[in-house]
Amino acid sequence: MNKKNNKYWKANLKIVISLLVIWFISSFGFGIIFSDYLDQIKFGGFKLGFWFAQQGSIYIFVILIFLYVWLMKRLDKKFSEEEDS
Amino acid sequence: MTTQLLTYIFVGATFTLYIGIALWSRAKSTNDFYVAGKGVHPIANGMATAADWMSAASFLSMAGLIAFLGKDGSVYLMGWTGGYVLLALLLAPYLRKFGKFTVPDFIGERYYSSTARKLAVLCLIFISFTYIAGQMRGVGIVFSRFLEVDINTGVIIGMAIVFFYAVLGGMKGITYTQVAQYCVLIFAYLVPAIFISILMTGQVIPQIGFGSTLVDSPIYLLDKLDRVTRDLGFVAYTENVKTNIDIFCITAALMFGTAGLPHVIVRFFTVPSVGAARQSAGYALIFIALLYTTAPAVSAFARMNLIDSIQDQPYSTSPSWFKNWEEIGLIAWQDKNEDGKIKYSSGSALEDVKPKYLDERGEYGERLLQNEPNLSNENEIYIDRDIIVLANPEIAQLPGWVIALVAAGGLAAALSTAAGLLLVISSSVSHDLLKKTYMPQITEKQELRYARMSAAVAIGIAGIFGIYPPAFVAQVVAFAFGLAAATFFPALFLGIFYKRLNKEGAITGMLLGLIFTASYIIYFKFINPEINNSDFWFMGISPEGIGSVGMLLNFIIALSVSSLTKPPPDEVLELVDDIRRP
Repeated sequence: MNKKNNKYWKANLKIVISLLVIWFISSFGFGIIFSDYLDQIKFGGFKLGFWFAQQGSIYIFVILIFLYVWLMKRLDKKFSEEEDS
Repeated sequence: MTTQLLTYIFVGATFTLYIGIALWSRAKSTNDFYVAGKGVHPIANGMATAADWMSAASFLSMAGLIAFLGKDGSVYLMGWTGGYVLLALLLAPYLRKFGKFTVPDFIGERYYSSTARKLAVLCLIFISFTYIAGQMRGVGIVFSRFLEVDINTGVIIGMAIVFFYAVLGGMKGITYTQVAQYCVLIFAYLVPAIFISILMTGQVIPQIGFGSTLVDSPIYLLDKLDRVTRDLGFVAYTENVKTNIDIFCITAALMFGTAGLPHVIVRFFTVPSVGAARQSAGYALIFIALLYTTAPAVSAFARMNLIDSIQDQPYSTSPSWFKNWEEIGLIAWQDKNEDGKIKYSSGSALEDVKPKYLDERGEYGERLLQNEPNLSNENEIYIDRDIIVLANPEIAQLPGWVIALVAAGGLAAALSTAAGLLLVISSSVSHDLLKKTYMPQITEKQELRYARMSAAVAIGIAGIFGIYPPAFVAQVVAFAFGLAAATFFPALFLGIFYKRLNKEGAITGMLLGLIFTASYIIYFKFINPEINNSDFWFMGISPEGIGSVGMLLNFIIALSVSSLTKPPPDEVLELVDDIRRP
């Protein structure tokens, strides 16, 4: 029982960490640290770094949470099936 | 129909709706009062969270702030949305699994200490009241400009409405009113944004219009804005003024602060399950993102429109909104070069920044000022940033009903947040201080009565803040987020993810985070405001961003003190194991 909980917790941590890496890169990375560099690229009327800082990062945040919901649902299902067997 | 009559109708109709919902959803138990019976659907909770979260500051002030800050304003956009990712991934599901009523409840049980619980209540009350003061100013501005009632009367009306549904309905009443308030506020925000986007760029969706060309020329809006701002002596709109380290720290303080704000966290206690808590955070962020991605577009449109409509205009023929806001005292004009025309450029127009009006009128009918002109630049106008969203429809010459709608939306934003804050204050007093600490013998019925009483008292205090607004309201917003980041976030996060953290570590960490962050802000904002600039800041970090450093200190101290003292007892380890299982 305890071993299974540990396995679940590790899988959970893996999901959280990978999503947080994307979270960090899209906001602190593209929106702040590399923002001026990305500003050299333009799409439409936007400079890319500016777009990430004021639009793009927010869209990515929304996607990340729903990705998390989906991945966790899958993980929960996998572990509850193991419990049944 | 006049705009004012329309505003009365819109505000009256929405207020009636809120009261109707309050009557329909009365709280019958403490479970209803604190966490709405834990039966709220994830989408409804998402909307309620969004309304709870988006305050008068988001609705009224943010777009105006960004209009003047340009790219620097991104800190608010990323900071106030990115926190939801942290909340969804690191806190909400686990705290929901814990399954109690308040944030201090978790801290008290996880760190098996009533000192930790009381410390948490103290931080919570401080953070929440700071925040409420800002809401009341928002209510006051809307009432005085659009309904032409006295600010005090406006605040009292607002308080009466909140009293009605917060005291009667508790969390249950608040949740369903917030759902309605979200619908009102988002509609009121999007309608003028869409109108203005069509007028300026021909695009229906503001987020796209933001990056499009202007209707009457092949030039991109942002390129023109860059050029115009640079010509007037500002840094180009899409470039930063602040240093990267400061932007980094402010964004981090706002993100971690958002994740640690008790009135937001407690919303996730109201859904039926852990899965629902995760989903609900996602819906909340969608509903928030709808406003937060529109806001920077509104800012760019407003800045462009503002410059176009007043630059080099003779005061005598200036638009009516300019004179209306001057009457309220949020715009001032000082004709430095005595040519009778309005000149707008970088720098503050007046000595002492804020205008002090004389009773006399000048040669063009403008309000004369006591302030000496600031002769180091050519700028002749003072504009309060808080008016941009409210004035925007007028500046763009939109019809009266849109202006009325914005007024109703601003009130919805302010009232929904105020109610959420009042609830966490009252529940932490009745539940954590009375039931769990000082009066454990009281029955549930008595606890519910105390909860209602403390809500009523908190509303009274908030009302006093509204009528006698402390002059430092704008200054202390940094406080709420900085303190939440430096106290609650580490205690909650480590409580879930690091079993070994004991009460000694958690308490010293929170205390140190609190003291460090509070002293830094008080030192630069109140004791020595004249040296509040990057030459004197620690590593170039402004008081707005110092919460991030406070948080790091909290983490370091909490972990080292814990490793030197004895581990938490077995039942706490079991509690942590239990909240980790969905």
